[in-house]
Amino acid sequence: MSTDGAAVIVAPTRVGRRRSARLSIPIVLALLFLAAVVVLALVGSAVAPVNPKTQNLDATQLNPGSHFWFGTDTLGRDIFSRVLVGSRTAMLGPIIVALGAMLIGNTFGLMAGYRGGATDTVVMRAVDLMYALPPLLIAIVVGGIVGGGYWAAVAILVVLFSPYDARLIRGATLEQRDRPYVEAARTLGLPTRRIMLRHVWPNLLPLVVANTFLNFAFALVTLAGLSFIGIGVPPGTPDWGQMLADSRTLIFTNPWAALAPGGALVLTAVSMNLLGDWLYEHLSDRGRLR
Amino acid sequence: MIHAVRHEYHLDRPFLVQYGIWLQHAAHFDFGRSIRTQDPVWSDISSRLGLSLFLGIYATVITVLIGVPLGVLAAVRQRRLVDRVVVALSVVGVSTPAFASGVAFLYLFAVRFGWFPVFGAGSGVVGRIYHLALPAVALALTAMALVLKLTRAAVIGALEQDYIVFARARGLSERAVLVAYALRNAAIPIVTAAGAVLGALIAGAVLVEVAFTLPGVGSLLVESVEAKDVPMVQGLTVTIAVVIVIVNLLTDLAYLALDPRMRFGVGAA
Repeated sequence: MSTDGAAVIVAPTRVGRRRSARLSIPIVLALLFLAAVVVLALVGSAVAPVNPKTQNLDATQLNPGSHFWFGTDTLGRDIFSRVLVGSRTAMLGPIIVALGAMLIGNTFGLMAGYRGGATDTVVMRAVDLMYALPPLLIAIVVGGIVGGGYWAAVAILVVLFSPYDARLIRGATLEQRDRPYVEAARTLGLPTRRIMLRHVWPNLLPLVVANTFLNFAFALVTLAGLSFIGIGVPPGTPDWGQMLADSRTLIFTNPWAALAPGGALVLTAVSMNLLGDWLYEHLSDRGRLR
Repeated sequence: MIHAVRHEYHLDRPFLVQYGIWLQHAAHFDFGRSIRTQDPVWSDISSRLGLSLFLGIYATVITVLIGVPLGVLAAVRQRRLVDRVVVALSVVGVSTPAFASGVAFLYLFAVRFGWFPVFGAGSGVVGRIYHLALPAVALALTAMALVLKLTRAAVIGALEQDYIVFARARGLSERAVLVAYALRNAAIPIVTAAGAVLGALIAGAVLVEVAFTLPGVGSLLVESVEAKDVPMVQGLTVTIAVVIVIVNLLTDLAYLALDPRMRFGVGAA
């Protein structure tokens, strides 16, 4: 994830003429924070000072101290370690949701925008229908009644997020469809699929990348919300949303148990949103200069 | 015994017939009995609906009263410090789920400073407003950030128009230009976004009610889903859908109030 981001950010400095990709301080901080979260998601369980699932009933609801940096929860589990390891579910699900929605949304968006006609009508009416559904509520009802836990919730969000991508990509495709380069490709007799994928789509990439970051942030917040109300990760899993729910009653004894996972969640989402906005501004700027 | 239960929930009938029976009853506000509480579904929902509606309207008022002025302020002071601070706050607002801000508010303002009650919904209108202040602010935060962003963009767009230059040339005060011309024209795109804001509010309300242990429709939904109480979930889904439809209707009516060009007959005459 981080290498993808870095590759994209380097691109405008190479190509950009007027406004180069000047990194502001918040963007650098956001990148550093996200890099740290990604690393923790990969090796978190090895770095964590205490096993995040070990219960220590002699040391429950402790305040932050030298051994337990953020204190312990009602079962004496180390909050700091759980926050570190919690980065895994915080990264994994949202990445799948963002990439899955991108894949489905781009496919249908490109088809609807490029082919137009009946394809467009069918796809866009389906999109309209799904637009009217609030994703979190649908995930609560479907995920809760059908069950299936975290991965079912992830799958539901992939489906519910894709219409947003489809609509965006369709609009951008419509704008590209009548450009000379597309016409040239068509005149050369290239197959439609090849024009869509190799000629039109690369021109939409700035939009796609920026939107994927924004989707990631939204998916992170939504999945954490599902874990918070008990749909999603199984009980006991170190997950930021679930930790917030478990530690809600601890705000009198050890507020850090709730504030630490909440803070980690908000900081990750803020970083992703900042990065998404920044990418959108700079990459689309480059597009306009062309 | 099993047969009696099957019969009571019409599980012995074909699927479509089951749906037909449910529709017929639902039209009379009869959504059957809750499996969990054995109460009629509609009486459970209606007893909790008041609190949720109060919370929703409260949060909407906060959203509009704070989000719109801040958006206008940011647009007027575009690219200055105030604008940057306001935009930064909106990014944080969009990224902060209502349950996280809710728990943080609870800790800060209820436990640490003791300004607000930790739980309970309060009685009487004043008590309600006081008791629901923290949940309403937590709920309003995300929606407020959305409204702020949109207001800023819409007002910046409106300020670039010729009629603004003309209004200034006529010597109107900056305040009159802003309110009567810029904001009035910016209102349309802001109202258009009401759907997105509504989605944020409804999803947020579920989380906030759970976070603050408020007995509203959202927490009822979560409890019922956990208990796999299908009749109750069906009733709740319909109720929420009806609320969404009503709010969308009000949004459409708001267009007519805001923009005389959209009223029937005016264009023709």
